[in-house]
Amino acid sequence: MAFQSPEAYLKQKISAVQDYSILCGSAISALFTRPRYWADIITQMDSIGVGSLPIIVLTGFFTGCVLALQSATALTSFGAVSMTGSLVSLSMVKELGPVLTGLMVSGRNAAGMASEIGSMKVTEQLDAMRALGTDPIRKLVAPRLLATVFMLFFLTIIADAFGIAGGALMSVSLLGLNASTYLHDSYRGLVHGDIVQGLTKPLFSAFIIATVGCYCGMKTTGGTQGVGRATTQAVVISSVAIIVVDLLVTRAMIGIFGS
Amino acid sequence: MTEAIPNSGVAMLNPQDNETPVVEFSDVSIAFELKPVLKNISFSVERGQTLIILGPAGCGKSVLLKLANGLLGPDSGSIRIFGQEITTMPERDLYALRAHIGMVFQESALFDSLTVEDNVAYRLHEEHVPEDQAHARVVEALRFVELEPAIDKFPSELSGGMRRRVSIARAIISQPDLILYDSPTGGLDPITSTTIIELVMKQRDVSHTTSLLVTHRLQDAFTLATHRYDPTCGMKPIPKDGPDRGIDPGTKFLMLNEGHVAFHGTTEELIHSRDPWIREFLD
Repeated sequence: MAFQSPEAYLKQKISAVQDYSILCGSAISALFTRPRYWADIITQMDSIGVGSLPIIVLTGFFTGCVLALQSATALTSFGAVSMTGSLVSLSMVKELGPVLTGLMVSGRNAAGMASEIGSMKVTEQLDAMRALGTDPIRKLVAPRLLATVFMLFFLTIIADAFGIAGGALMSVSLLGLNASTYLHDSYRGLVHGDIVQGLTKPLFSAFIIATVGCYCGMKTTGGTQGVGRATTQAVVISSVAIIVVDLLVTRAMIGIFGS
Repeated sequence: MTEAIPNSGVAMLNPQDNETPVVEFSDVSIAFELKPVLKNISFSVERGQTLIILGPAGCGKSVLLKLANGLLGPDSGSIRIFGQEITTMPERDLYALRAHIGMVFQESALFDSLTVEDNVAYRLHEEHVPEDQAHARVVEALRFVELEPAIDKFPSELSGGMRRRVSIARAIISQPDLILYDSPTGGLDPITSTTIIELVMKQRDVSHTTSLLVTHRLQDAFTLATHRYDPTCGMKPIPKDGPDRGIDPGTKFLMLNEGHVAFHGTTEELIHSRDPWIREFLD
């Protein structure tokens, strides 16, 4: 690896942030101006939303199962095992549902976006697109951004529902709780602010997944090896960013709703 | 004299204007990561001319073509296409300008998820041309490159030469006023290369389209400079005892060496050049 001066390194990083910001700005602007590529938007919704459904259902369900078992162990010592439903639903809706869904979709789709767009970049297909009069940000980035934001919102709801269902299964079959009590407790434990918090987070996560995946793809250099590097970078950057932004959104929501 | 580019506020010179050079580079320089690639490049290409760009690998030939299409911006200098300055032109207006420019990429750059028909019709679909009209024009373009039977295939099912021909069909389908060929014969066997050069020549002599052609194969360059397309028998040499003395007057050469223009002139001037570097390159 060639030696790089701190000044050049810093300039490179600042330039990357600048390019990323320009890409985000252009993609958002493309969503509100014509032409819009509806066919691409629908294709991406199918790929990102429907395609991610199995992993989201499995992740949500088994997380709910584990959460019920783990929390019951702790709650038993306080004689509060009946609170399992409330704890599972609160944890799933406010935190685990949005974050795990974000991370799973990031692993699947940010990687997919980076490798697909990266391959197009190294084979000059992006240049060809521009030469043929099409803006790649409008054609490739904007549909992925809109599709991810729209679908991640619903995927999170599905993950939350399956998580609560998984918790119910464990609570009823292994902990001997009453199904009706569990579900009633789960419902009663949630307040308006929890739902808003849980459904705000996927909007930020989706924005990160789509823009980071597309940015890494569009900046790919160095042939097939570069595509692999871009894919890895997209997953790492988007996963870390989702967790960091999750903290910031949580803090902001506590500030707004007080809990 | 002037017309507005559709969907843009830019007024441009008419691409049919015969007096303004189609391509004009003035003192253009570009560097990548502080390494100069092109230094103070100046040349112009008149309407109907074919400019063959020669030079060793890595001398900036492909970069020059991308600059001409606005895919890259120079660090300094001026680039005028159809008389319109493109270095300061917003990207949105560049998209409109590119409707008049066709480009054939080094590795074809076909969209691998689209069929040959969708690749060739890409620009027409973007312009919302009705499907039946688009299909008819695709068939016509594929007939021009003699690849009609491959219309339903995907790029991965085609050979390198076939992909290059599809790329040419995609570039000419909108009947552009300028075509940029980036090493159209690169990596192809001699027989396939001759087929591609014949197509370039056909486009030059049938449609009289202004073109810039990058190549590192001298044989292809001189075939273009000394042959004409004949609809009856294909490519044939220009008679040496004719008015053009065996050389196409509309074909000129630009040679690049280490980012500088080493030569710009006619085929005859190139052949008779005494510059030691040019002689070594040609020999």
